[in-house]
Amino acid sequence: MTDIPALAKRNSRLPVSTMAILALFALMVGLTMAGVINKYIQSVLMFIGINIIFSASLNIVNGYMGEFSCGHGGFMAVGAYVSSVLSVVLFTENSFTGQPLLPPGSAIFLFPVVIIIGGLVAAVFGLLVAIPSFKTRDDYLAIITIAANFIIVTLINNIGAVGGSRGFMGMKKSLKAMEAVIDLPYMIIWIFIFVVLSIVMIRRLMNSTYGKGISSIRYDETSAEIMSVNTNHMKLVAFMFSSGLAGIAGGLFAHVMGFVNPASFSIFKSTEGLVMVYLGGMGSLSGSVLSAVIFTLMLEALRPLQILKWVLIPLMLILLMQFRPEGLLGNRELSDVFPKLKRIFIRKDSSNG
Amino acid sequence: MAETLLEIKDLTHRFGGLTAVSDLNFEIIKDEIVGLIGPNGAGKTTVFNLVSGFYVPSEGDILYKGERINGLKPHEIASRQIGRTFQNIRLWSDMTVLDNIKISQHYRLGYNLMDAFLQTKKYKKHEKMIEDDAHELLEEFQLSDLAHEMPKNLPYGIQRRVEIARALSLKPALLMLDEPAAGLSSSDVSELIQYIQWIKENFKLTIWMIEHQMQVIMSLCSRIKVIDFGKELVTGTAEEVRNSPEVIKAYLGDGEI
Repeated sequence: MTDIPALAKRNSRLPVSTMAILALFALMVGLTMAGVINKYIQSVLMFIGINIIFSASLNIVNGYMGEFSCGHGGFMAVGAYVSSVLSVVLFTENSFTGQPLLPPGSAIFLFPVVIIIGGLVAAVFGLLVAIPSFKTRDDYLAIITIAANFIIVTLINNIGAVGGSRGFMGMKKSLKAMEAVIDLPYMIIWIFIFVVLSIVMIRRLMNSTYGKGISSIRYDETSAEIMSVNTNHMKLVAFMFSSGLAGIAGGLFAHVMGFVNPASFSIFKSTEGLVMVYLGGMGSLSGSVLSAVIFTLMLEALRPLQILKWVLIPLMLILLMQFRPEGLLGNRELSDVFPKLKRIFIRKDSSNG
Repeated sequence: MAETLLEIKDLTHRFGGLTAVSDLNFEIIKDEIVGLIGPNGAGKTTVFNLVSGFYVPSEGDILYKGERINGLKPHEIASRQIGRTFQNIRLWSDMTVLDNIKISQHYRLGYNLMDAFLQTKKYKKHEKMIEDDAHELLEEFQLSDLAHEMPKNLPYGIQRRVEIARALSLKPALLMLDEPAAGLSSSDVSELIQYIQWIKENFKLTIWMIEHQMQVIMSLCSRIKVIDFGKELVTGTAEEVRNSPEVIKAYLGDGEI
């Protein structure tokens, strides 16, 4: 959790990292619009982005705070359904209100708001786990997280208005409404922006003295309390922030797919998140990003194996736990493993003034 | 008239059927070093845990600077400037010494979640203040060189010093030390005695300590309270305690075999 000075000291000129991110953004949007990368590659890129948010958000609880949440998929479901229903009701003809409540074109401004509302509602559902965590820890809390996952999925399964177990669709029409105003690859753009925002927010939180209170719980909760850290408050922040980001990942996922059903957010989804967090390394933000990329690509590469891939991937997890239980990066960041990265940042920074 | 800093009134605590502390009364006067001793299992650490808020007393009151603090959460009590260390060192052993000191200033962060996300002026100002104060404290304790070390890689004696430094980052008026000499060699112990004396003068503290090593207790404490089975046996100066028949009986038995 070292601080890269280039990000900490913000100068009038843009730091290298910001420029690199802007360049990547321009490259992706440019290539998509020019038709160089096809729909399949686009969708893989988008899933990578969604998985980055999903695994990085799970890392707040499982990595930084040291609790074992295995119901993260539930919060993704909340975000997915809330933002899907909102976007369908607000921007398209639908079975609830008939006509769209707002002019469909307004989706180009309001789409991110809808996604964020999905995240906020998911954050509120995070209380399902946050409040028990005041009294409960470790394995017992892990069981509560599984229960929360089941509660959420079962609730959705039984709400007929959103399709129950058959699922809910119509989000593609909101995208169409946006494309009718200006034709842009909206999902790529928004996923990219939300990925960057999530990473920046997690980084800033975990590098602040405030956020380090979350890590202090992981190492010794008793001394955290004795040293004036309000541990209940920090748990609330960690769980709500984590589930809120999962909700945002869910909203984006729903809009990429154009269709959601409760089964997509079962304990399997939560397990995927766990695999990514443990592959990347607990408490390592760059590890989460790296493992989300590797994991998504691996899922795609193993697609021809069909169901067999669910033998192969868990097998790899077994090997990982046997031979490198701390994950690819352990508790470190990429810049710790490759000090050159840090040196580049520092040199550029000092030359900036 | 000396000012009472901490007042314990008729304190009783039961774990199920076991009475760990019973009817304890104690006053700690500003600027003194007082000791709490007693045989193993006498309830000393329970008293500390009651004062620092881990347990809510079954009966009785704890007043700090005249304010009733029993029933408050440990972090709320810490924020009222009571620092404490543990018998077995409880640093965050995988976070740097500097982070250990910084996190212990949570009680006066001065900014919230949003400020941290947006890195506002307020955030930067308070983070700088916390960082500067942490460095200053480490400097005073001659630990500056170790600021970026993990406590787990440091020798035991140094870890003790870091833990005391961390407790002092709460800017406490009362410092509670739970067996500070536990596990130290005899040369370390005499160093610790000077060290505690220095802390008291330098930070203008009142110190309350539990200790088994009589050398530490006798050379530092102006008053000593002896408890056994949660009850008070004697309170007095080192000399009085040493010669008290009840104390000798509690530690050694009554001489009949």
